[in-house]
Amino acid sequence: MELLITIVSGLFLLVGSFLCLSGGVGIIRFPDFYTRMHAVGVTDTLGSVMILTGLMMQSSDLLVIAKLIMVLLLILLVGPTTSHVLAKAAFHNGLQPKGLSTENKHNNKESSSSNT
Amino acid sequence: MLIAATVAIFIAMLLAIFRGIAGPTLYDRILAVNTFGTKTVLMISLLGFVMGRPEFLDIAIVYALINFISVIGVLRYSDTDQFKHTPPNKKSEEEL
Amino acid sequence: MINIVLLSLLVVVAIGIIRMKDLFAVVMLTGIYGLLSASFFVAMDAVDVAFTEAAVGAGISTLLMLVVITMTGRKEKATRHKPFAALFVVVITGGLLVYGTLDMPLFGSADAPIHNHVAPRYLNDSMQEIGIPNVVTSVLASYRAFDTFGEVVVIFTAGIGVLAMLFAHRRREEDEKLAAINDSMHEKHLVIRIVTKMLIPFILLFALYVQFHGDYGPGGGFQAGVIFSSAIVLYAMLFGLSAARRVVNQGFIQLMAAFGVLCYGCVGIASLLNGGNFFDYNVLSNDPVAGQHLGILLIEWGVGVTVASIMIIIFFSFAGRREIQQYVEQNKNKESV
Repeated sequence: MELLITIVSGLFLLVGSFLCLSGGVGIIRFPDFYTRMHAVGVTDTLGSVMILTGLMMQSSDLLVIAKLIMVLLLILLVGPTTSHVLAKAAFHNGLQPKGLSTENKHNNKESSSSNT
Repeated sequence: MLIAATVAIFIAMLLAIFRGIAGPTLYDRILAVNTFGTKTVLMISLLGFVMGRPEFLDIAIVYALINFISVIGVLRYSDTDQFKHTPPNKKSEEEL
Repeated sequence: MINIVLLSLLVVVAIGIIRMKDLFAVVMLTGIYGLLSASFFVAMDAVDVAFTEAAVGAGISTLLMLVVITMTGRKEKATRHKPFAALFVVVITGGLLVYGTLDMPLFGSADAPIHNHVAPRYLNDSMQEIGIPNVVTSVLASYRAFDTFGEVVVIFTAGIGVLAMLFAHRRREEDEKLAAINDSMHEKHLVIRIVTKMLIPFILLFALYVQFHGDYGPGGGFQAGVIFSSAIVLYAMLFGLSAARRVVNQGFIQLMAAFGVLCYGCVGIASLLNGGNFFDYNVLSNDPVAGQHLGILLIEWGVGVTVASIMIIIFFSFAGRREIQQYVEQNKNKESV
């Protein structure tokens, strides 16, 4: 049982850190703001969930688990909200996604609303 | 495994810092701060477990809260920036 | 190892801040700087300091700087003169300081003065004398209560200074127009408003937890005050200053700011009147340890109240100035049209 928990939590941590790393690569490599936000926003949330779940499995103290759940809920609530608001503010202030010309405004709006 | 995760988070923080310094737009920087905050929360939780002091989690909670508040503040004020007489098409200015 | 990496990251970010010309970017990087130095404090095991740095350095001060930047403009002024004389002075001073550190004991060495003076007594005896697990709190609130009193007075003075310089009395009709501007602006922030409504009670509750749990874990009045005020600041940002002023009355928070300092001082005077020294909590109750607990609870409460109200006052004054500026500019635009 002990061994199983160690292995499973290790797996969770591994997947979580892989996700965070890939988000980090994405924030450096992707061509414009919206794609970067996409990379980071998605991986951040899932990566945090994975890592915090892995930590939860390793702890035996109930208070620690409760605090971890609190952090988890906060991240789940806050992360997507900030990404949404960030993309909205960027679009409102006239930041165009790369690869779209400024002439066909209609197209622009559609593609970036699917981004948010 | 804890150590490996800490190192991975660390590298992700490093990449976020690069994006924060490089820019190029204002929103990239906000994004960098936001990810950096999330990564800090994760790293502090991990450090607490590595060092065997789970009371670090209190700080992690504060970070998550403060990070949200400061990002919202940034967005709130950058959003109303158009009230000042900057032209609505600020793209060229932001790419400085 | 991790300390060295964190410190070099700090240096990188600091150089980035210096090289930057866009002030918004500078504020963003300062936020990262605050988060980094806070994680450095965590890695060094200074949990309470990390707490404060997280709440103040990364949170509130970033917000205040942002408000100021929206009033003053985003660009740094280009410097024309060549600052060689200043560079010379800085290099000399820096060299002298580095030379001075050569005489200091090595990092973490056991015979450093700081480990021989009063620290052993704090670490060994504070549990019997004060009975609180968190030594930082017992040093801050009991052994060094007078110093902390000074800090609280400094914060209070800062608040008074900001009020004296930035407080602007608003007329009623202007107030309504400003509220209308705010309402139109806030319509579009629907998602954050809802999330914020869910978060604010949690933040307030967490601030109270930090306030009263400071005896056992990291935390205390300073941190709790900042977290509490950040909840109010969040509300003010998303629902408008006028709405926030209706929730937290300006006169009321000014009263509370003074009340906190007064509460702190009164504990000291009460211990004087009971026959002890200033801030000698042993005499507050029959049992010395219970007296210590009572005294620490009261002064932490005073600190928390003062810090929270001063932070709210500072933010209200800054943001109030900004709203007035916005209003004036809008009127100007209307006239020119």
